[in-house]
Amino acid sequence: MLQINNLHATVADKPILKGLSLQINAGEIHAIMGPNGAGKSTLTYTLGGRPGYEVTDGSVSFDGQDLLALAPHERAAAGLFLGFQYPVEIPGVSNVQFLREALNSQRKVRGEEPLSGGEFLKIARAQADAMGMDMEMLKRPVNVGFSGGEKKRNEMVQMGILDPVLAILDETDSGLDIDALRVVGDGINRIMRKPDKAVLLITHYQRLLDYVKPDFVHVLAGGRIVRTGGPELALELEEDGYKEMAA
Amino acid sequence: MTDHQIKDQAARDAAASVADYEHGWSSDIETDFAPKGLTEDTVRFISGKKNEPEWMLDWRLKAFRMWQTMEAPDWAKLNVPPIDYQDAYYYAAPKPKKTLASLDEVDPEILKVYQKLGIPIEEQKVLAGVEGARRVAVDAVFDSVSVATTFRAELEKAGVIFRPISEAIKEYPELVKKWLGKIVPMHDNYFATLNCAVFSDGTFVYIPEGVRCPMELSTYFRINAENTGQFERTLIIADKGSYVSYLEGCTAPMRDENQLHAAVVELVALDDAEIKYSTVQNWYPGNAEGLGGIYNFVTKRALCQGARSKVSWTQVETGSAITWKYPSCVLNGENSVGEFYSVAVTNNFQQADTGTKMIHNGKGSRSTIVSKGISAGHSNNTYRGLVRVAPQAEGVRNFTQCDSLLLGSVSGAHTVPYIEVRNPSAQIEHEATTSKISDDQLFYAMQRGLAQEEAVALIVNGFAKEVLQQLPMEFAVEAQKLLGISLEGSVG
Repeated sequence: MLQINNLHATVADKPILKGLSLQINAGEIHAIMGPNGAGKSTLTYTLGGRPGYEVTDGSVSFDGQDLLALAPHERAAAGLFLGFQYPVEIPGVSNVQFLREALNSQRKVRGEEPLSGGEFLKIARAQADAMGMDMEMLKRPVNVGFSGGEKKRNEMVQMGILDPVLAILDETDSGLDIDALRVVGDGINRIMRKPDKAVLLITHYQRLLDYVKPDFVHVLAGGRIVRTGGPELALELEEDGYKEMAA
Repeated sequence: MTDHQIKDQAARDAAASVADYEHGWSSDIETDFAPKGLTEDTVRFISGKKNEPEWMLDWRLKAFRMWQTMEAPDWAKLNVPPIDYQDAYYYAAPKPKKTLASLDEVDPEILKVYQKLGIPIEEQKVLAGVEGARRVAVDAVFDSVSVATTFRAELEKAGVIFRPISEAIKEYPELVKKWLGKIVPMHDNYFATLNCAVFSDGTFVYIPEGVRCPMELSTYFRINAENTGQFERTLIIADKGSYVSYLEGCTAPMRDENQLHAAVVELVALDDAEIKYSTVQNWYPGNAEGLGGIYNFVTKRALCQGARSKVSWTQVETGSAITWKYPSCVLNGENSVGEFYSVAVTNNFQQADTGTKMIHNGKGSRSTIVSKGISAGHSNNTYRGLVRVAPQAEGVRNFTQCDSLLLGSVSGAHTVPYIEVRNPSAQIEHEATTSKISDDQLFYAMQRGLAQEEAVALIVNGFAKEVLQQLPMEFAVEAQKLLGISLEGSVG
């Protein structure tokens, strides 16, 4: 599904990713761990197409398409979802309006008919219920006045509504207490653990992986994948830290 | 040749033929154009064309003489190129626009905007002046050609007077004399005085005591919109306990060859009366390099004369190269209420200096000001507002909120509040914020599936929401789209 080959990327002319390669197949859940400054967020933003993250070498193919040739909203329409470490506030725009417009824009790019207000609300209500979020919160402006936990929960509701093929979740576990962590973990499993979908979890800690069991764990250091293993690798890292790897 | 050149040429030809007469011309010469320039004869000509009574001509002449002694104001944060008032035409009989055979003949740029606004095809034809379209559009929108007449009859049944002001001057001289120039005095400012001398036409509305106007005058007005010209004059009188909602303007881009617009709008609300006045202004703003575009110098003022009277101004300003406009409320009545809700968008090289004045003379009068300025490109956007509390006005309250949103790095936003309080019981609140559309917001919205321009439009509409929700429903939807269109190409 996702094939990253020898990816090099710079931010403000500074090389951050230096030859990263990674393959993710449908039905798989991958975790990337690594020390601060290893390039985890850069990888997320580069795959999302954020302006300012410049690819200098390598290729990324997503379901057979050249991902890097697409604009950010086209990547979303192709089925790529980024869960943000710091979800952004948009004053005056309700979650319902935001997501309906976003979903219908995606559908337009895919050549599908737009959803009516009623059809959309049905989907939104089901996803909010599943995440234990009050519909009233969905009527409030996007992330405005939400607590850290509520913002992350809202990311999961958005993911459920947009129903992507591949989710890249950047430190979705940061700032969550143990109950919220379980709710978010359950959400990821419910929405994304399907034979035709895949997840890339980016995290500092093992604890999210207790809820969302990865098939593969990778260590990112110095802008490259330096080690790959199974779930046991995460436990090992939790005990020993990244020191050896970064060397 | 462009439309502009065609019209200009026609005007020159007409003026040249008139100028062949030895003494220039006089008002009894049959012509559709007043020659170029502004003299007492121009004023007489306009008055004569309208068959105005003597008192009206005298009033105009008095204004003209006053204007000659005045100077254009220069206190606004605007860079206004010198205007040669003698190098302009002040009267051209409303000529039918060049009719087009079909929409294919319309400037594709304009068509694109119509489509983006979601204006129905038949209505597009009316706006673009396609032959025979008016009749069709009325049919399409309202079922029958006679609806306009039905509306008129319904208004008359309610006792509402809704006329061109040129007719009202002749038919209701006492009403007009009583209020014309009483809210915006003749000497008020350079542009208002000029308007007094040369106004071409405009609207007169009278709502009798206790009458709630049976329809939004917008619906009616829009379908029947005539080209009211560059010096428009509006007078709305709401008698005791009456209510009217009036909407002027159009979201569709309006082109006009007249570069200078100087309208005057006067509103008066008597005891317990309420006027809601909404404006969507989308005159040609000039091109991306800042060439061309309308200069819009407007004086709008409401007199809340009666106890518990209320006037609410709502404006969405996206057009014009230069906007100089301060819809204001003089709150004389006890417990009267003034409101001002404004969204002003400037892009490219547009300049806007706009805001309001709330003059609290009445006890317990209250006012609310919500101003949202959005600047993009190389534009400059200034909020200028005055809140004044007179010594006798006990218990006055005002709340002001001024928010500015910047797009790009070379646009300017400025907030200039004036607060003059001469009564210690007044409660005045002022809040102001300036923010930018952040890269984080844009990328977040784009990652969820919105194209860049859709993302900008969404964020801007969220910013302006408190004002947009004051607009009548059907215009709020169009105004939302308009904000997005006005800012196209302003990011990235």
